[in-house]
Formats: sequence, structure tokens, C-alpha cells
Amino acid sequence: MSELIVPSLAEMTAKGETPEVLFWVGCAGSFDDRAKKITRSMAKLLQKANVKFAVLGTEESCTGDPAKRAGNEFLFQMQAFTNIQVMNAYQVKKIVTTCPHCFNTLKNEYPELGGNYEVMHHTQLLQQLLNEGKLSIEGGKFKGKRITYHDACYLGRANDVYEAPRDLIERLDSEFVEMKRSKAKGLCCGAGGAQMFKEPEKGNKDVNIERTEDALETSPDIIATGCPFCNTMLTDGVKNKEKEGSIKVFDLAELIAQASDL
Amino acid sequence: MQFIPNIVFALLLIATSVFFVKQVGKIRRNILLGRELDRSDNSALRWKTMFLVAIGQSKMMANPLVSFLHILVYVGFIIINIEVIEIVIDGLFAQHRFLSFMGAFYDFLIGSFEFLALGVIFACAIFLIRRNVLKVKRFWNKEMTSWPRSDANIILCTEILLMSAFLIMNATDASLQNLVIYQDDYIKAGSFPISSIIAPLFEGFTPKALVMIERFCWWFHIIGIFAFICYLPISKHFHIILAFPNVYYSNLKPKGEFTNIVEVSNEVKLMMDPSATPPPAIEGAPKTFGAKDVSDLSWKSIMDGYTCTECGRCTAACPANQTGKLLSPRKIMMDVRDRAEEVGKGIDKNGKDFSDGKSLVYDYVTPEELWACTSCNACTEACPVNNDPLAAIIEMRRFLVMEKSEAPQELNNVFTNIENNGAPWQFSMADRLKWASESDK
Repeated sequence: MSELIVPSLAEMTAKGETPEVLFWVGCAGSFDDRAKKITRSMAKLLQKANVKFAVLGTEESCTGDPAKRAGNEFLFQMQAFTNIQVMNAYQVKKIVTTCPHCFNTLKNEYPELGGNYEVMHHTQLLQQLLNEGKLSIEGGKFKGKRITYHDACYLGRANDVYEAPRDLIERLDSEFVEMKRSKAKGLCCGAGGAQMFKEPEKGNKDVNIERTEDALETSPDIIATGCPFCNTMLTDGVKNKEKEGSIKVFDLAELIAQASDL
Repeated sequence: MQFIPNIVFALLLIATSVFFVKQVGKIRRNILLGRELDRSDNSALRWKTMFLVAIGQSKMMANPLVSFLHILVYVGFIIINIEVIEIVIDGLFAQHRFLSFMGAFYDFLIGSFEFLALGVIFACAIFLIRRNVLKVKRFWNKEMTSWPRSDANIILCTEILLMSAFLIMNATDASLQNLVIYQDDYIKAGSFPISSIIAPLFEGFTPKALVMIERFCWWFHIIGIFAFICYLPISKHFHIILAFPNVYYSNLKPKGEFTNIVEVSNEVKLMMDPSATPPPAIEGAPKTFGAKDVSDLSWKSIMDGYTCTECGRCTAACPANQTGKLLSPRKIMMDVRDRAEEVGKGIDKNGKDFSDGKSLVYDYVTPEELWACTSCNACTEACPVNNDPLAAIIEMRRFLVMEKSEAPQELNNVFTNIENNGAPWQFSMADRLKWASESDK
């Protein structure tokens, strides 16, 4: 694998070049140590597929999703207008993101404020790259592994993306097991609606434990996710059940990257 | 003198109609207390959704057995109403089995009604057992206090009584049809596949007693229906009417898309570009950001409240509720309705601008409930009539944050971080690209 080169949109524009796609990394993908691995996997895959991509880097700022879900519309729109100003100045056309929350906000809430882009979740882009033959999966690294998939609310119910992530798992030549609550009936990991950043209200259980139990019922080797927040919640859940030795939580980008020997 | 029953009948019919129309008018008024929301677009898809979800009850299919029983009651309810047309004509114009001129088709109709009546009794009995004996959890959540539980039982028992009256009426009618002395009053008409089973119960009754039972059941059945109509507007059972417009006006956008507040956009645009022309001032008192009371919600959220039949599928699917938090999307819907009713009654008494010093947030819905929501949309997905509890929850959160600055402290920190360094955590924006030069582990 050649060295990972991540050009910023500013650099690329300075050279008079335009990227095919802007990789929107998101706050978790930029700052959270676990999520950064997902970001790197995705960047490696884009590089391997010869996709001309760029990131905003230091010009990227929170989409405003947590502010909006928490009810702070003012802050959300401040963020949105600022981001839109930046992206429109660069004439951004197409965005891919590894975070369903960024995906939902960019895709659904920015257009009305003047930000019109084609927005893809990374599982959708990876599916497309595999279909086009720009990426391929070699060997049977995951042969015989049981993989279950947790639907992120903001990818699944919120935007009806159910098939792309499942299609990726199918390609891993693994044994895919569906949880009893899945797709439109999938249970939240507990992080949505800005819950990630606060203690839960008083109750008798944490949501991520409830969801981890759903996953454990399938006796998986791997729990696949498509969201850095779900990833954190389920990783914590698996640790809470003391199963971290036998069950790994991976993002689909990481699984595809591993299968492609990246 | 012989027309007295017909006059009584006509008076009852008029009284019921007037009362019902008046009550529905009040509910309409209460719904329109809500804020504007444009749902006039895409009528083709709206009709399609209504056929699928409201008429086709597609979202009930999650539990096929319950779905089948519900369809039974629903179809029974609609089709047996054809019979009510005949009852009204008979009642008003001193006829008996007016529609019997249809001959064999009439026999077929009455026969099918009887099967449906039995189906309704069967389904309602199972529903009563599910609620009161099996105690299905969603019927016993905290918000299911004595009135909501009684409301459900009243409806189920009423339907059983009405259908029983219909069958007993037919059973006695069929016996009377065979008596020569009554051949003018009880013409030979109809087929009685179900009531003929209970007919032997009335063997040995005098013809007079049979007439009395037949007439009693006839009146009991129709007065019961009138009472049922009057009861609807104060009951959760109003969903049999509102489900249709409510589904028609459902949210057709992706569930993850929240509304953008236009007034906020105008202000933010001005802040970012002071030279921009400010948009024309909006007339009237400045709008509250978010919702403190029902009148700050959209009219659709209030309609959601009135359409809610308190089945609790939303609450059963809610991750917060499943893990013991206070939040229950059904309670939010019930609170919206209860508060809208309270405001409506206040307006009836004291005029349009009345104030009772109460509000939806605080007096009905507590901040603790609102902050437990993960905005996962499980509730909106689960609702068989496409209610959107999340829309109401977010409006109330907006009020807490933007009008009251009452967000939980951790969230205030998140806001500050986003404002200062463009991320919910305290990391410098300058470090955003560090991931690219680091390696795994």
C-alpha cells in the first residue's frame, strides 16, 4: 500500500484541480481516536479505487446536527450557513461521508438553506465502487465469520438506506446474521438526538446495553456498523458484557479495507 | 299516535347529528389553533399513502394476528353501516326491512352482516382479553390511567353489545316471520346464518314477547349507535374518522429531515452579511421559538393528538421507554390532545384570548421526558396512522433551548464547543486533519 495522501480542497483548488468527491470527515471522524481509524480506512479505499477526493480539513466545521436535534436551531443554522458558504465557494458537487448524522443533515437540511449537493453515505459509494470494479475484494478473509449489522437510525429509518451496507457484508463471503430487530424496526444505539454528549435520563438500563444484547443474541464474531457513534455505543456495550475478546465492532469501511488488504 | 316512534326516532337522529357536527367543529377549531404548515403538495402520493396506510392498514401488518382482528372489526364496522341506512329509513318512515325489495341480494347482505357481526364480537372479545387478562404491556404503561383504559373497554363492550343486539333482533325477527298473524309486519326477508343458531333460545316465547324483544333490540341497536356517535369526539376512538385526513397529511419527507425555522434563517443571514436587505418584518406578535403550548405546535401535531388511539406501538418501540426512562411518545400525543381540549374549553368559556397560566411544556410534558428522546424515529415508524411524536418533541426542545436556555449542562457545553471550535468536543479546528498523518494503534 502506497502512502496515504489526503489532499485538502484548498490545495487541490490552488493547483487548479477539482475533486470528484468531497470526503466529509465529520467531527467524530476527525477527533475520536476510534472513529479516526474508520476515516483512514475510507481514505485508503478511495485512494485505492483511484477516486479523486479531497477533504475540507481545517475548513470543515460541525454540520450542526447535534445542535439541531437538541433544539438549538440558531446554532445549527449558523453552522449550516458557514459550511454552505465554504462549500459553495469551492463549487462542491458531490459529498461522501462516513457519518449518517452528517449525511442526513447535508442531504436533507442544507438544500433549503442554499446548499445543494449530491450526498452519499460511504456504504453507498463503496457499493458503487465495487459494482464498477474500481474496488475488489480478494481472498476469503472473513470466510465463515458471523457478521451482524446494526442499522444506524439516521441512515436506515431516517433515509431508508438498508441495502447498501448489507450488500457490502454479502460480498465479504461471510455468514450474515440479521438481528431480530433490524431495518425499519431496528433499535437505536442510544446516541442519537445529541444523547451521545450527555448522561442518559434516569431509567433502568442504558439503550446501548439493550441493543448490544440484540446483537449478542446472533452470536456474532463481528458487529458491523456504518456510524461512528453507533460504533462507540456498541463497543462500550460489548465491553460491558465482557465480550470484547471474542466480538469485534467494525465499521463497514474497515471491513472492506481489511478484506482488500489495506 | 302510531307515528310517535317515528317522531322520537327523527328527533334522536337530528339531536345526534347536531351534537356530533358541533363537537367535530370544536375539534377542527382546536386543531387550527396550531401554526401553519404546508401539506398541500404532492396530492397523488398523499392519496396513495392514505389508501395504503389508512384504508389498507398496511402498518398494522407488523402483527398479522392483531392486524386480522382489527380488519375484522373495521370491515364489520363499515359494511354493517349499510344496515344502518336501512334502519334509519325504517325508523323515519315506519317501514320494516325497507331494502328487502332487493330480493336475493338482500338475503346475501343480511347473511354477510351476520357473519361480520359474529366476527366483530369475536375480535372485540379477544381485544378485551388482551387488554384485561393477558395485560399486554403497552396497554398498561404509566400514562394508561383509569380513563384511557376505561375508554378502550367502553368501546369494545359497546361494539359487542351492538352486534349482539343486531343478532338477537334478527333471531326474533326470523321467528316472527313464520307467524301468520304477523305476516304483514314481519315480511319474509333476509337470511340468518348466525342468528338462526341462537333462535332456539326464544322457542316457547309468546309472539308478544318476541315482538317486544325484537323491538327492544332494534331500538337498543340504533340508540346505541347514536350514543356511540356522540361519544366518539371525546374518545380515543375518534381515530376511525381522523385516521384518513391524518394519514393524507402525513410527513412525506425523509424522516431524518427536521424543519428549518425561517425566522432564524433570516436573522442568521443578516448576521453573516450585514449589508443584506432585511426581509419584511413578519406581522403580529413575535413568534415563540419552538413550542411552549399547543398553539405553538403545527396544526398537524394537534391533529396527531386527536388521531392517536392510544395503541402504544410508538411507546413499545421507543428505546428510551424500553430502558425505563420517563419518555413515552404516546403520552406526548395524549398530552397534546388533553391540552388542546383544555385550551378549547377555555376559549368556549372565556373567549379567544383566554389564558389559564398553564402550558403544554411543564404542566403536561416535563423537560426530563423531552431530553430522553434519541430522535431515532422508531415512534413515527411504528404509528399505524402516521403520527409524528418526534416533531412535537423537537418543537418543545426548541422552546426549552431557545426561549428558556434550559438545556442540560452537558449540552450547553456542546453548544459552546460547536460555536468556538466547530465540533461538539473541545478540540481545535486546526487539528482536523491530524488523522491523516497518524497511523492505526
